[in-house]
Amino acid sequence: MTEAVVEPQSSRTRLSLPVFRSDFMADAHEASADQRLQTAMDNSVTKRDMGRKTTLAELPDPNALRELAGQIKRHTLDHLDYYLELLEANVKKQGGQVHFAVDSRQANQLIVEIAKRTGSKLVVKSKSMVSEETELNEALTEAGIEPLETDLGEFILQVDHDHPTHLVMPVVHKNAADIGHIFERYFKTDFTDDAQVLAEMARVHLRHRFNEADLGVSGVNFAVAETGSIVVCCNEGNGRMCVSRPRIHVALMGMEKLIPALDDLPIFLKLLARSASGQSLTQYSSIVSGPRRPGEVDGPEEFHLIIMDNGRSRILAGEYRDTLRCIRCGACLNSCPIYRKVGGRTYGSVYPGPIGALLTPLFNGLEQHKHLPHASSLCGACFEACPVKIDIPKFLIMLRGDQVKAHITPWTERTIFKLWTVGLRFGWTYRLSQIAQRIGMRLLKDKQGWIKNLPPPVNGWTKQRDFPAPAKEDFRTVYKRYRQNQKPSVRR
Amino acid sequence: MLAAMRVSLFIACLTDLFAPDVGMAVVQSLEHFGCEVDFPTAQTCCGQPAFNNGFPSDARTLATRMLDVFQNADYVVTPSGSCCAMIRAHYPELFHDDPARYDRAVDLAARSYEYVEFITKILKVDLSGLSLPEDEKFTYHYTCHLRTLGASGAPAIALLQQLGGASYTEMEKADQCCGFGGTFAIKYTDISGAMVRDKVQCGAATGADTMIVNDGGCAMNISGGCHRQGVPMKVRHISQIIAAAIEHSASKAKGAA
Repeated sequence: MTEAVVEPQSSRTRLSLPVFRSDFMADAHEASADQRLQTAMDNSVTKRDMGRKTTLAELPDPNALRELAGQIKRHTLDHLDYYLELLEANVKKQGGQVHFAVDSRQANQLIVEIAKRTGSKLVVKSKSMVSEETELNEALTEAGIEPLETDLGEFILQVDHDHPTHLVMPVVHKNAADIGHIFERYFKTDFTDDAQVLAEMARVHLRHRFNEADLGVSGVNFAVAETGSIVVCCNEGNGRMCVSRPRIHVALMGMEKLIPALDDLPIFLKLLARSASGQSLTQYSSIVSGPRRPGEVDGPEEFHLIIMDNGRSRILAGEYRDTLRCIRCGACLNSCPIYRKVGGRTYGSVYPGPIGALLTPLFNGLEQHKHLPHASSLCGACFEACPVKIDIPKFLIMLRGDQVKAHITPWTERTIFKLWTVGLRFGWTYRLSQIAQRIGMRLLKDKQGWIKNLPPPVNGWTKQRDFPAPAKEDFRTVYKRYRQNQKPSVRR
Repeated sequence: MLAAMRVSLFIACLTDLFAPDVGMAVVQSLEHFGCEVDFPTAQTCCGQPAFNNGFPSDARTLATRMLDVFQNADYVVTPSGSCCAMIRAHYPELFHDDPARYDRAVDLAARSYEYVEFITKILKVDLSGLSLPEDEKFTYHYTCHLRTLGASGAPAIALLQQLGGASYTEMEKADQCCGFGGTFAIKYTDISGAMVRDKVQCGAATGADTMIVNDGGCAMNISGGCHRQGVPMKVRHISQIIAAAIEHSASKAKGAA
């Protein structure tokens, strides 16, 4: 194992994940009024969710498969120390080198060092969320090395200096016309919004650059401990180019991305493709086991695997371990009604959607991103969609509880809930509060029985929709009379 | 003849205050199906708002009260999907380190049913003899908390389709949350508003007269959305449609006799 030389960390002052946006409410306000964004979301995200359901239904027992996948992940996490050592030993046996990085800065530094040592000027990258987490492109650029994203979506974003807003469809927030304008500026050609033409422009450009590249960086969808292999799944073929064409291949992975054995892989490949994009299998599933051997015609001269912690061991040690099961398929995003309304940017960091609402505060601390655990209706669509059965709503509620304990929840809210509990604790206080609410709210109603403006702190409701006034009599009164004369008479 | 099934109603606080007619529709339909219905008046709230907002100890206080109130009930039936999910899925969780109350919570969970679940799974009702006073076009919103109960929307839709005079059209994104989510609708009103507008549009696009839901929260939210947007579609709890069909069929029978 190669130890990186790193200056002393001031980890307390540094966040694990980069923060791109910090005003959740303002971004949510803007995004939820953006009809264009929501149309784009329905055309891509909502459709993918339907594709997931359709392709999962092709399996004999998709629910049992999800359960099994979740159990394999849990087992791996429960014995992560063992499997990490096994992975390290087997990668070395395959002729690869293994590096452990405590945090994102160290991971970037390792890659920069490898690039410098091997005289690499151009780094081609396949799509990797973990490299977004480390902001690898910025680190390489700073060191005078050119990073080049080769996934079409990521390439568009790199050219446009933007960030991905989805785990597998990074450019979902842009339509063909947006991309046309970006390419018009970048390639200095005429504007077109023909997706085929745009894709071809990028393809021709990237094809040349693959040949110039010295070093390829990939992410890792799965690392197989038993064989020391890494698996890279992609649909465009650029991933396979990145791991095979350049002289050097560096694979960067979060330390939770392991599976024990090659036998486990088909389970995850089946689930990943279906959950991510409604495909039976991704177009390319590359299994990389070390560098090129003597006598082989292709493959890199050097293979490096960087295994990064960056806060994961802290999560592993606590109550949120199961969140590390995530295979970054994006199914929870696609199924989420809130993500569909606000898009990925609103989540403020690298990981958007329901899983991001968990991971971002877990990585960066409860004090940051206070809104994320709350901006959910707890509808459970994400849990239902998750291929490894992460109970996202449960964990969101736990984070809310942690906020209460840490007094991050405002005292006003804490007081309201205390009073509310007292109010509901006894029959007479319940009746009293129901009567008070009925009288108070009925004063505000119009002739049809609707309230157009509720007072604070509940005025949020009537900003968006009307509020029905309480009925003239509550259920228990009506019921009591019904029992007395066994004849219903509901008065509104 | 078998002894009548004893059903204890749990009428959630929202239904109590805003929709007594839903509660009465549940009472009347269950009685029509031969149940003996009682309403323990000591009940208050299941504690769901406290639980969801990260106040588990407050939720435990209220959950304990519910364990007492429904101690002797054979079946606990509620028209609110989310309150049923609270009892079934979250009560045992809340008391996981309190063995005595945990056992009682598991016991109560096993006796608790959401209305549609109860009449389809336990009573196994067949509504094909009933008809509505007028032809009515329906669409159905899948109430999110049915997921927690492991229930699909199919049983409710099947019930609707059994009724004479009822027709059903599926709406787009039927299983997408309407944006209620309790305090979510107030705290994150912009997001919630976009969600309810989407729901109202999808519902209206079917041309339905009435959207059916399984929860009082969804009903308040979607009907409030319809009213704000000037969409004439009604939003009803399924028990109201069933009770109307029972009443109509009874009066028709009387007329014929």
